[in-house]
Amino acid sequence: MKRLSLDILLGSLLVFGFTALVLLIAGAPVLASFKNIWLGAFASTSKISQVLSVWVPLMLCSCGLIYTFRANLWNIGIEGQVTMGAIGAMAALRIPGIEHPALILTLAFFASFLGGGLWGLLAGGLKTRGGVHEIFGGLGLNFVAQGFILWLIFGPWKRPGIASMSGTELLPRDLWLSTFPGWRVATAGVIIAVAVLILTWLFLEKSRMGIKLKAIGQNPKAALLYATSPERYYLQSIIIAGGCAGLAGFLQVTAVYHRLIPSISSGYGYLALLLVMLSGYRIILIPFLALFFASLNVGAIQLPIVLQLDSALSGVIQGCCVLSALLILGLRQKRKQS
Amino acid sequence: MDVKFQNISKNFGSVKALTDVTLTAHSGTIHGLIGENGAGKSTLMKILTGYQSKSGGKILIDGSEIQLNDPRQASKHGIGMLYQEPMDFTPLTVLENFSLGSPYQGRRELRFSLETLTIRFGFHLDPDRLVEQLTVGERQQIELLRLIHCKTRILILDEPTTGISPAQKEALFPALQQLAADGMNILLVSHKLEEVASLCSEVTVLRHGRITHHAHAPFHFPELLTAMFGSVPEQKNKTHCRTQGSSILLFENVEATGERQGLQHCVVAVNEGEVIGLAGLDGAGQSTLLRLAAGLAIPNKGNVQLFGNTLPKSNSASQQAQKLDVSFLPADRLEEALFADMSLSDHFSLRGRQSSFWRSIKKAQTLAKNGIREFSIKGNPEDTAQDLSGGNQQRLLLALLNPHSRLVLLENPTRGLDIRSGQWVWHYLLNTLSPKTAILFSSPELDEILHYSDRIIVFHDGEIVMDKAVNETSHNAVATAMTGMKEAIQ
Repeated sequence: MKRLSLDILLGSLLVFGFTALVLLIAGAPVLASFKNIWLGAFASTSKISQVLSVWVPLMLCSCGLIYTFRANLWNIGIEGQVTMGAIGAMAALRIPGIEHPALILTLAFFASFLGGGLWGLLAGGLKTRGGVHEIFGGLGLNFVAQGFILWLIFGPWKRPGIASMSGTELLPRDLWLSTFPGWRVATAGVIIAVAVLILTWLFLEKSRMGIKLKAIGQNPKAALLYATSPERYYLQSIIIAGGCAGLAGFLQVTAVYHRLIPSISSGYGYLALLLVMLSGYRIILIPFLALFFASLNVGAIQLPIVLQLDSALSGVIQGCCVLSALLILGLRQKRKQS
Repeated sequence: MDVKFQNISKNFGSVKALTDVTLTAHSGTIHGLIGENGAGKSTLMKILTGYQSKSGGKILIDGSEIQLNDPRQASKHGIGMLYQEPMDFTPLTVLENFSLGSPYQGRRELRFSLETLTIRFGFHLDPDRLVEQLTVGERQQIELLRLIHCKTRILILDEPTTGISPAQKEALFPALQQLAADGMNILLVSHKLEEVASLCSEVTVLRHGRITHHAHAPFHFPELLTAMFGSVPEQKNKTHCRTQGSSILLFENVEATGERQGLQHCVVAVNEGEVIGLAGLDGAGQSTLLRLAAGLAIPNKGNVQLFGNTLPKSNSASQQAQKLDVSFLPADRLEEALFADMSLSDHFSLRGRQSSFWRSIKKAQTLAKNGIREFSIKGNPEDTAQDLSGGNQQRLLLALLNPHSRLVLLENPTRGLDIRSGQWVWHYLLNTLSPKTAILFSSPELDEILHYSDRIIVFHDGEIVMDKAVNETSHNAVATAMTGMKEAIQ
């Protein structure tokens, strides 16, 4: 625990130092920039709820990725899994003849889990059956998912009249997930994210599946001697990861955009990969890091408006975070070896 | 150039790999260096090639001491080594590989040198072919020519006939003899006695890091064998307290890949209660047989039957074998059987076939505590597997072993253990497990095999060359069979 806090302190120092350096080089006021990012993320309830609506999909993707990272799988296909989850949700929402909105939404919830999970299973099957490394399989499937969603938006699901990059037709109001008055984040989304976090912690720390995933991640060869089939657990973990990502897709459709858009995943899958690496695969750090990343994402929107800086700065800061975390981990590894 | 090793010793931590080794290899001769695996041959040669530093002693070339701190210094002194696995660059052509490490020459001169050398030694090498298209034997020929071209005067060969065809061997041996006749000093590391006998004029035998024998041609094989594998222990009259019953493991003409030569024409039947030692030089097929029985390797041909069930030819074979109470303990414990970063109690959590969804951390801790006490493991339930010493890792594996095992497969069960721990392991296996349990184990120590087995199976180059009850065979007969000689030498 002491080492953990030391790492966090050291990491934060590195991040702020490096970001300050970048700002200085860009000729921007350092303190004012940090202050504006903070204000941009937390100055009002509307801003906070914006941060939360980024936090939710990040949390879901990160929780999913924890499963695959435990088994030492690089589920880079998480982006495509978000997209397929969104498509699954949309497909359910378009089923004609169901009157009850709650029923349709429930259906969409499960359809999104299924869509993402199956997309994960595909990458997993390519690995276990076809010998395709999950990074390449996942990356390939990301492009397929992207192509698929574009085809849907410009083809079968196009807006009446004219197809457009801005997505499908808006959903009817009763299919929007509700929010607290004055807040812009869906209550259900926050609940789902917290529930998935708790379940993930329980599964990974308290269940037999959790320890088996850990064993397989460390030494798949030895796992065989404990009557544990690596293939089976690779598939299980990637299905769960895909399912969680799919739920993120469901919320992007029903709580954020209220339609299907080409970039429905918003890059949260990739961002979650960085986030989980940054956490050192520790579940306990994930909600806080997700909040940090989400507030940077939202807060940095303020920079071009107030200081005429490029909002890409948030990307630079996020990159610095991950690099400094990897640096700390790498140094520790090196020290351990010598 | 004569090489003299003077009182060379080498320690790895507290392990003595070489003790007080003194020997001289003369130019113009082929000097054989023989010994079983781990005898110290490779360590001695690595010191000569500058890959490893020595802990004590001197190396003299033509009477003057030289420093060998890295391979480059060694090659400056004209020391070159032909490795068992060719150390070349497969995407490059024959000519390009040949040119590496040699003083700068134009392409045309290089080609001329290569062609002259190939003709001189009767090799057939196309300078423009890519090395990846060649056989191991041909790649070895390039290496050899390259070393000659780089003015190597002390040539070390490490098991040069492993993986090359008989025809290539026919070409290699005269080439080596020709080189020696030209005044080169050749050191041949091998465990194939017949080859050593046909090539070398002098032989030095290493055992447990010490020189046990030194001889000039013609060689007396029984003497060499004794020096290699230790003196013949007295035949004890084994009392069989173990019951021997029905056949439980059957290999039906099995063929499989694995290790150097895989396994061919393997027919074995193992009975309940038998203790069978698998002898053979490293990689002769013993490990492949153990893995096949454990369901961790899949046969290409033939079937493996356990307790009347044919193992499926799929990934589920190992689970099937475990369901039938078959246990496997590999030699490389940390690499293949334990989880380096996981705690001992986590290992106990993983064991067994509990079907509950949740795991009880408390229960695992209790199990771990009991295991630590019963098996005298020096460690705590929270320690990770890599914190344990080799001996304690083996104790942990035994603690994790299914106590109802009907067949236990062990790969080198006393690897890295001191004598006392080794005895403890055997005591456990023979006395705590049910006497109906069959035990199959491999070991590089012939003494261990002779001491504990009821029956011995000897492997050579992927084939079983002997399968006899221990009382019907002798130390010499087994050692002879291990080195691939057809007739037993009396």
